[in-house]
Amino acid sequence: MISAEKIPNNVGLSSNKRLQRALEHWQPAYIQWWKEMGPQGFQDYHQVYVRTAVSVDPSGWAHFEYVKLPEYRWGIFLADPVHDRRIGFGDFMGQPVWHEVPGEFRNQLRRLIVTQGDTEPASVEQQRWLGQRCPSLYDLRNLFQVNVEEGRHLWAMVYLLHSYFGRDGRDEAEELLARQSGNRDKPRILDAFNEPIDNWLDFFMFTMFTDRDGKSQLLSLSESSLDPLARTTRFMLTEEAHHMFVGETGVARILERTCQLMKQSGFSEDVRSVGGIDLPTIQKFVNLWFSLSLDLHGNEISTNAASYFANRRQVGRSQRHGGDVRARGGA
Amino acid sequence: MEAATGTAKPNVSFETSPEKYRHWKLAFDGPVATVSMDVQEDAGLSPDYRLKLNSYDLGVDIELADAIQRIRFEHPEVRTVVITSLKERIFCAGANIFMLRGSTHAWKVNFCKYTNETRLAIEDASEHSGIKFLAALNGICAGGGYELALACDELILVDDGNSAVSLPETPLLGVLPGTGGLTRVVDKRKVRRDLADFFGTIAEGIKGKRAVEWRLVDAVYPTSQFRQRVADRAKALADRSDRPSDAAGIRLNPLNPSIDENRYKYSLVDIEIDRDKRVATLTVSGPIGDAPVSVDQIIAAGDQFWALRAFRELDDALLRLRINEPLIGTVVIKTRGDQRAMLAMDAFLIAHAQHWLLREIINFMKRTLKRLDLTSRSFFALIEPGSCFAGSLFELAIAADRSYMLDDPEQENTIALSGMNGGPLKMSNGLTRLETRFLADPQKVKAALADDGPFDPQEAMAAELISFAPDELDWDDEVRLAIEGRAALSPDALTAMEANLRFAGPETMETKIFGRLTAWQNWIFIRPNAVGEKGALTAYGSQSRPEFDYNRT
Repeated sequence: MISAEKIPNNVGLSSNKRLQRALEHWQPAYIQWWKEMGPQGFQDYHQVYVRTAVSVDPSGWAHFEYVKLPEYRWGIFLADPVHDRRIGFGDFMGQPVWHEVPGEFRNQLRRLIVTQGDTEPASVEQQRWLGQRCPSLYDLRNLFQVNVEEGRHLWAMVYLLHSYFGRDGRDEAEELLARQSGNRDKPRILDAFNEPIDNWLDFFMFTMFTDRDGKSQLLSLSESSLDPLARTTRFMLTEEAHHMFVGETGVARILERTCQLMKQSGFSEDVRSVGGIDLPTIQKFVNLWFSLSLDLHGNEISTNAASYFANRRQVGRSQRHGGDVRARGGA
Repeated sequence: MEAATGTAKPNVSFETSPEKYRHWKLAFDGPVATVSMDVQEDAGLSPDYRLKLNSYDLGVDIELADAIQRIRFEHPEVRTVVITSLKERIFCAGANIFMLRGSTHAWKVNFCKYTNETRLAIEDASEHSGIKFLAALNGICAGGGYELALACDELILVDDGNSAVSLPETPLLGVLPGTGGLTRVVDKRKVRRDLADFFGTIAEGIKGKRAVEWRLVDAVYPTSQFRQRVADRAKALADRSDRPSDAAGIRLNPLNPSIDENRYKYSLVDIEIDRDKRVATLTVSGPIGDAPVSVDQIIAAGDQFWALRAFRELDDALLRLRINEPLIGTVVIKTRGDQRAMLAMDAFLIAHAQHWLLREIINFMKRTLKRLDLTSRSFFALIEPGSCFAGSLFELAIAADRSYMLDDPEQENTIALSGMNGGPLKMSNGLTRLETRFLADPQKVKAALADDGPFDPQEAMAAELISFAPDELDWDDEVRLAIEGRAALSPDALTAMEANLRFAGPETMETKIFGRLTAWQNWIFIRPNAVGEKGALTAYGSQSRPEFDYNRT
C-alpha cells in the first residue's frame, strides 16, 4: 500500500489516486532495483547515516533528518509554487507557465524528462562497487549520500512521468529501471553514463565534471515553462550542490597528496613508486571526464574528443559506444 | 550547394563502382551479401551540408542503386542481401534535411523520384530475381532510413531500449515520408491505418515489442543476439532462392559517354540537344547481325551484349537528362537499325528468359522503360525510314506521349511487334504498354500481337499502334509544329498531365507511391507551411518554431 508515511512528499500523494496507482506498481520495482543495482555489499549496513529530506519550507529549503542507509525513504518534493509565474523567454515569453503538458510539446518534454531521469539511476549503477574500496568512512558516507539522492532524483522524474504523461509515462518509468549502465543489450541513453566507474578517481572526476553538467541541465530545466518540471528540478538543485562538493574536494585532496609526495621525493614526477597518483594520470582522467561531460551538452555526435583521450588511456574502451544520439539529421 | 542541388545547372554522374564508394561497404559471404551504410559526413554532393548520422543525399543513393545492380549482375551466387549500418546505434536517419532545405524544388522532386526508383529496384529484385532483402536495423531508423528498410522483405530491429523505427517527417518537418513510407506501411506491411496514423505523427517512433505487434518490423532481438539472429535469418531466406550457386557473374564496366555542351554520345545511344528550342533528340541503335545462338555467347559478351549495353546507356542518358538538363522539356525519340535483327534478338531473349543472366537483363530493360515512363519530359517518337521500332524498341514508341510515323510511298517504313511487347516489360501499373494502350478493347492487344507484321504506316494506324502518320508533304511541318507547340506549353501543366495520362488502368503500390504519395509530397514541397520563411522544413534545427497557416485546403 502506498502511503504518505512511507513516501515523504509535498505533492498530495494521499489524495492523488492516479499517482498512487502508478506508484503501487513502480515502487516495488524500484526497491528491487536498488537492492540489485544499488551499493553492493552495503544493503544492510548500519554504520552510515545519510540525510533524508522530510519536508520543504516556503523558500525552497529542505528540512532533513538523518537515517541509517537501509532506512532511507525516497520522497517526492516540489519547490513551492511561485505566484503568477510567467514564461521567461522564447516564443511564449510573458504568458502564464503551463500546469499541464501542452499536446504540441508532449514528446519533447517527455524526451527531456526521460533523458534526465535516465542519468540518475545510471550513476548509482556505475558506482555500485565503489563502497568496497572506499578510502575512508567519510568518503563512504559521501558516496551513499550521493547515491540515495540520485535515486530520489529518479523518483522526481518518475513523478512527472506518472502524473503528466499517461500510459506512455508509466511505460517510460518502467524502462528507466530496465536499462542498465554498460549493459550491452539495454544501455543507458547517454554515453557518459555507460562508462565504468570502478575507482575513486573516476568517481571524483564524475562528481566534479559530470555532476557539474547535471547541475547546468537542472538549472535550465528549472526555468521550464512546464511548472511542475521547474519546481521539481529547483528542489533537486539543493541536493546537486553537495555532489559537486564531493567531487571538487575529492580531486583537491588527491592533488594535494600528489604534491606532498612530489615534494617529499625531491620534486620527482614519479609518485607511483611511493603510492601516489602521478600528474599525467590525473590529467588523463580530467581529459576523459571533462570531454565526456561536454558531450552531454551537445545535440549531435561529438564523442570524438572523449574517444581520443580514452583510447590513449585504455585502447578500445570507449569504442563500445557510438555517441550520444539525441538529434535527427534526416527525414 | 549550386552544382549539387540544382540552383545552377547541375552536373551529376550516375556511374560509380564499389572501389569508388564513399558511403557503403559491400561484403560477400557465399549466398549472403551485406550492404552496410557508413556515410562519410563530409562527402556529400555539396559542401554546404554534412551527412551526419547516416543521413543521405543523391550521391549516397547512387551508390546504393549501383550496389544492388552489381549484386544482380556480378554476383549471381548472392541470394540474400542484408542491408545494415556500420555506425553504432544508428541505422540511418533518412534524407539529409539541410540538403533538402537548400535544394531547388526540381532537385527535391528528382531526388525523391530517384530514391523511390532505387527502393522499387530492391523490391523488383526480390520479386523477380530471387534475391531476398533483410534490413538489419542496428540502431535509430528514422524517416528515409525506415523507408529503405520497408523496401526489404524482412525487418529486424535491435531491442536496446532506445532504437526505434520512426517516420518523423510530419511532426518534425511538416512534410511526408515521401519515399514510399506511408504507402508501404499500409499497403505492403498492412499496418492498420489508425496505428499508422498514430505512428506517422510521433517523432520518436515505436520500438521493441510494440513495433512487432504493430507489424512495423518483423522481429526484435537484444544486442547480444542481434548479429547471430540476422545471420540465421539471412541464411534461411537464401535457402528459398533459385539463384545459381555455381555461375560466374558478368562485370558492369563504365559506360564512358563523351559529353559535350550539346551532345551526350554513348555507343548505342546518342542525345543531341537544341538549347534554343529546349528539345533533345534521343537516338537508340538496334542490334546488328545475327542473333546470338547460345547463352554462353552472352556470358562471353558480358556488358557488351546489345540488350544490356543499349539499356544501360539509355538508363544513364535518362537520368542525366532528368537531373542535369532541367530546361530540356521535350525529348524526340528515334531509333535506327535492322528490325529483323531486333526481332531475332527478342526471340532469343524470350527463349532463354529463365536463365539468371537473361532474366536480369530483361528485368533491367523493364526498369529502364519504367524510368522513361516516370521521366517528366514530353516524349515524341518519330518513326522514319531506317528506324528500328520493333519489339523491345517499339516499347519506346508506345512509352512516348505520341508517335509520328512517316507515310511516304517511296520509302519503306515499318514497325513490328514481338513477344517482348506481350508481357516481360510491364509498366508500374502491372500491365504491358499495349494493355494500357488498349484498355477499352483488350482484343486489340491480342490482334496486334498475333499479327506477324511488319506494319506499314497505314496498317500501324489501323492497328492503333501509332498516333499519326503524316505523308511526306506534311511531315516536316507536322513534326516541327508538334514539337514547337509542345515546348511552348506550361512545363508544370505538362508534367502533371503526362503523369496522369501515362498510367491508365489499375493502381499498384508502385503507382500509388508515384501518383499519390510523391505527388502530395511535391505539393507540400512548395507550400509555405513547409518551405516558407517560417515553414517547418525551414525552421527545423534553427532556434525558431514553425508558424503554420492553419487553413485546411
